[in-house]
Amino acid sequence: MSAAPIMELRGVSKRFETKRDLAARLRRARAPTVQAVDRVDLSVAKGEVLGLVGESGCGKSTLGRMVAGILAPTEGQVLYRGRDRAALGGAEARDARLRVQMIFQDPYASLNPRLRVSEIVGEAPVVHRLVRGRADEYVDAQLRRAGLDPAYKRRYPHQFSGGQRQRIGIARALAVQPEFLVCDEAVAALDVSIQAQILNLFMDLRRELNLTYLFISHDLGVVEHLSDRVAIMYLGRVVEQADTPTVFGRPNHPYTQALLAEVPRLDARKRRFTAIRGEIPSPLSPPPGCHFHPRCPHAFARCSAETPALKEVAPGHRSACHLNDIRH
Amino acid sequence: MTRAASATLEVRGLSTHFFSRAGVVRAVDDVSFAVGRGEIMGLVGESGSGKTVTGFSLLGLVDPPGRVVAGQIRFEGRDITGLSDAEMRRLRGRHIAMVFQDPMMTLNPVLRIDTQMIEAVQAHERVPRAEARARARDALGLVGIPSPEERLRAYPHQFSGGMRQRVAIAIALLHRPALVIADEPTTALDVTIQAQILAEMQALCARFGTALIWITHDLAVVAGLADHVAVMYAGRIVEKGTVEDVLDQPMHPYTAGLIGSVPSRTRRGERLPGIPGMTPNVLNLPPGCAFRTRCKRADATCAADPPEFAEDAAHLHRCFHPLVAIPA
Repeated sequence: MSAAPIMELRGVSKRFETKRDLAARLRRARAPTVQAVDRVDLSVAKGEVLGLVGESGCGKSTLGRMVAGILAPTEGQVLYRGRDRAALGGAEARDARLRVQMIFQDPYASLNPRLRVSEIVGEAPVVHRLVRGRADEYVDAQLRRAGLDPAYKRRYPHQFSGGQRQRIGIARALAVQPEFLVCDEAVAALDVSIQAQILNLFMDLRRELNLTYLFISHDLGVVEHLSDRVAIMYLGRVVEQADTPTVFGRPNHPYTQALLAEVPRLDARKRRFTAIRGEIPSPLSPPPGCHFHPRCPHAFARCSAETPALKEVAPGHRSACHLNDIRH
Repeated sequence: MTRAASATLEVRGLSTHFFSRAGVVRAVDDVSFAVGRGEIMGLVGESGSGKTVTGFSLLGLVDPPGRVVAGQIRFEGRDITGLSDAEMRRLRGRHIAMVFQDPMMTLNPVLRIDTQMIEAVQAHERVPRAEARARARDALGLVGIPSPEERLRAYPHQFSGGMRQRVAIAIALLHRPALVIADEPTTALDVTIQAQILAEMQALCARFGTALIWITHDLAVVAGLADHVAVMYAGRIVEKGTVEDVLDQPMHPYTAGLIGSVPSRTRRGERLPGIPGMTPNVLNLPPGCAFRTRCKRADATCAADPPEFAEDAAHLHRCFHPLVAIPA
């Protein structure tokens, strides 16, 4: 990529400690830790849409929250416009936080039910002095941009449908004039026809406001439609990343290949479903070596002993699989 | 339909209404379809379209203020519409089984799996406990649960989401029912786990000749799984036919809109055609075609109730202005 990355992750990890019960405390046992994100390097260029794909428990939401600045990484650095976000202070830190906003999956849980729409959308820009005085006109403009009629701004969230609530969440995020949006399963809870409307809105906003997206989803169809580049996560690690046509056309990692084979498609008729063996292992005790090896049809001895590094297999195409060393 | 004679289930003019204080909700309105032995029918619709209430009506599970107000349900040639609760209970679980979206609706969290499964066997057949247990174990093996003997002694919370859904399916299959109604059973599951369950269901239907009604909002799942598909909108089946007919040459504008809402490989980054507007409030549906407020083709004719038009014997729709496929 020629453009300087707007967001860069360097060796970012996040560990969560689970609470020890009484027996464990008496034994002075160590608290079990979940390595939610494991040394991830990722960069997002200005104006780009990076799709982040993975199944439940793979750490994609945790990663998204670290990018949005809601969670601090346990290890590693999050660089925003080339500067370590943890090192920023005062006005700079506040500004960096405002410029990266997040849109959540559940439009029923991410809006304060006791506030009117005008307050939900208008509060932050007033507090951060992005508008002076009365915010009415400003709020109207934000609502219109998200496809909502400003006449409804005196209403409460429960008076709206799921798709409209997601639009309120988008209007709220855009009200502080961000340049980077982290969308965490932002269309997963919506009906198909409404999902299409919101996806169109995301694409329009990107063009209008020159936004950059980290688009997190388990839905490969949605990610393929929207993204310029895609990163695939499995149990805390990025196992493959490349531009969208490469990931979907010439996937390198066996997990990506399997995942793509499983996706139900409109044009596939009466197909025989064949499935990857086994289940997603518990992140509390991930398998050693390559996390995917117990389910991988090509696994050999080295896979259970050594963690494969994310290496370039073609320009701009990186994959973490030991098989690539054999093929060369 | 010509298959009527051999159909496992034949539904004619089924209407289920809910008599609420705010008015009558026509959740299911004049619905007719048939499913034959070993056939899989996809029942597709968005939230509030009445697909789940249709499933509940077939099983006699509609609670007040809801009531089946009209129609005939014939199961293996016998009219089961007016059966008493006791007669329905003998049918349910033995000859007709249901799988829910949330397996915890089927499973009791405080009982071991073997207790629950043995109870389910003995509820319908007088068999010794040991034999019932053996059947439970075989059923678990059948749906791909590893080491079923040990897993019988586990509690529901000790299973993952995908495994729990398999247990629910195993319970549904205990008596080799002639008909299984599955209501979004894979919606909450990851892609790789969904593919495993679709594979099992496909194999089981083929092996035992079970008729299957798969209720879902996901057209892509239906495309790969089903023989026939019925599309519901605001309580009515607006189009039905073979998967090829309906998905390749949709006649109803709503079906076409649904298909256009699914992001697909061929139109990456383009705006999705989708459907404008929102699903209507079922309490005050417009007279005539319920879709006409969102439909580009609608005119004055659509204020009348559209009857069922037959494109050919197997492809039916309810639209005055159907989309006509342009001959190639």
